[in-house]
Amino acid sequence: MRPGLKFLYHIRLGSVHMYTQALDSCGTEPPSVAPAGEAERERQFQERIDRDEKIEPKDWMPDAYRQTLIRQIAQHAHSEIIGMLPEGNWITRAPSLRRKAVLIAKVQDEGGHGMYLYSAAETLGVSRGELMAQLLAGRAKYSSIFNYPTLTWADIGAIGWLVDGAAIMNQIPLCRCSYGPYARAMVRICKEESFHQRQGYEIMLTLARSGTRAQREMAQDALDRWWWPSLMMFGPSDVESGHTAQSMRWRIKRFTNDELRQKFIDATVPQARFLGLSIPDPDLRWDEASQHYASGPIDWGEFQAVLKGEGPCNRERLAARRAAHESGRWVREAAAAYADKHSDHRTGTGPAPGYAQAS
Amino acid sequence: MSSAAECTAGAVSAEERFRYLLRLADTSLVLGQRLGEWVGHAPALEEDLALANIALDLFGQARLLLAYAGQVEGRGRDEDQLAFRRDAPEFFNVTLAEQPNGDFGQTIVRQALLDAWQVELYHSLIGSTDEQLANIAAKAMKECRYHWRFSCGWLVRLGDGTEESRARVQAALDGLWRFTGELLTPDALDAHMASHGIAPPLALIRSRWEARLAAALEEATLRQPPPAYFPWHGKRGVHSEHLGHLLTEMQHLQRLHPGATW
Repeated sequence: MRPGLKFLYHIRLGSVHMYTQALDSCGTEPPSVAPAGEAERERQFQERIDRDEKIEPKDWMPDAYRQTLIRQIAQHAHSEIIGMLPEGNWITRAPSLRRKAVLIAKVQDEGGHGMYLYSAAETLGVSRGELMAQLLAGRAKYSSIFNYPTLTWADIGAIGWLVDGAAIMNQIPLCRCSYGPYARAMVRICKEESFHQRQGYEIMLTLARSGTRAQREMAQDALDRWWWPSLMMFGPSDVESGHTAQSMRWRIKRFTNDELRQKFIDATVPQARFLGLSIPDPDLRWDEASQHYASGPIDWGEFQAVLKGEGPCNRERLAARRAAHESGRWVREAAAAYADKHSDHRTGTGPAPGYAQAS
Repeated sequence: MSSAAECTAGAVSAEERFRYLLRLADTSLVLGQRLGEWVGHAPALEEDLALANIALDLFGQARLLLAYAGQVEGRGRDEDQLAFRRDAPEFFNVTLAEQPNGDFGQTIVRQALLDAWQVELYHSLIGSTDEQLANIAAKAMKECRYHWRFSCGWLVRLGDGTEESRARVQAALDGLWRFTGELLTPDALDAHMASHGIAPPLALIRSRWEARLAAALEEATLRQPPPAYFPWHGKRGVHSEHLGHLLTEMQHLQRLHPGATW
């Protein structure tokens, strides 16, 4: 066993945005107009947030704040779980035993992050079973990035480098998010997440800098396919994103989508250069005036299509989750039945936490 | 090496030691590869994590054992050359390890049968006259004890769960039991290793394994199948049809790009 089954505590990078991206594009309920006493409570609540106090599960909070967080955390959790699939796709084919072990550990981390995030969502009054049911019914969002296929081994490197890299950009500010359980989860997660990003970059280094010609081509091809979807992970442009302002006022969000996207581009372009790979954007150039990279337009039509379920792997991803859920039903039922029979005198072999609700 | 006549009564040769180490290494490697197929598809998140965890341990064992086997062999083969550049007849895992996952019940039965074996085997190997093997065994035994807790726990839950779960897990047990003879029946190499104190006598492992399984099956309210006639010989390189496919998938990148580093 890995020491202390630490998988419970990690969270994956690639997910938060997914969260925010869908929130931004699908919309949350606008905060309702509060009745008289409520207005005073909301004012006090906002003052606490403005003082950078953490909001805890038992504290009063506006319903819209609660719903926004539930959706964001759940979407983050779902993204972790769905994100296990494209990477898990290469576990049996990883090209060395070391790479295989690292990949399994990473995918396992993602599952652990999912569990940890579902627990954070539960502090807001929604059960993991309920959230899982929404995902399987196709009613919940997860990051659009995981609807793209992993076609070669280099994709595993590109996901670590770009997808986890983009996620880190989003998650670091979430460590200061106003909701205590989410912020604390993110602190724990971020400590571990940069590790995944470095592992991904190291795969790319091996392929692109010291690899054979075929390996270099594989690396470039992966960058070509993952670059634009990675930029889309940050969600719609600020002008399109109607809910950024409220989320920022609540300090759930600290930077706008475009700010984070720019940060990511600025950090990543030199890394690609070091790899000797070219970013697939003919408009990309350093802008002296702004001291940032200027980049070409994002195909938001593709982004919207993937969100609507028309991406290359949307169907496969949900089908895989549903199949796992359905074919595991008898197992969960057996665990519940066993627990019923032996609930009075047995502790060692009872069902795992979360079982009853997960059926 | 596959017949008694080929095992010399005298000192243990590097070739013999190498082959014995591969039996242990390949069993962990192939079983880990099977469990890796589950990741993302298990009945619940907790089981996804547990199966991945067990797979990680098994790959860790395989890497230590393969690296040591490569040293013993003395031909400069490292863990990856041994894992990715041998064909099925050169793999010496027990046949049970390569059997397909089937449903969760079949995976659990396969796991429990092998966990019980590995726990007892590694426990005894801690006293091996081969110091390096003894050190690896000490680490592996602790891991395998956790694996057994997991698989035995599920065996009991599924056996004593619902009517459907009992039927499924009993069918899996009936289907896989025929591979257990190989775990417990010594061939010439096993006997040779035992005579030099490198490995325990399999008769000892048999009695402990049987006791462990009998208790678990009783608690699981499952019926122990009768012994089967056909003796499998994966540990001599004669496998079921499944191993070739497993290796095809596992080895394809290494074979497609010979000499590349990853």
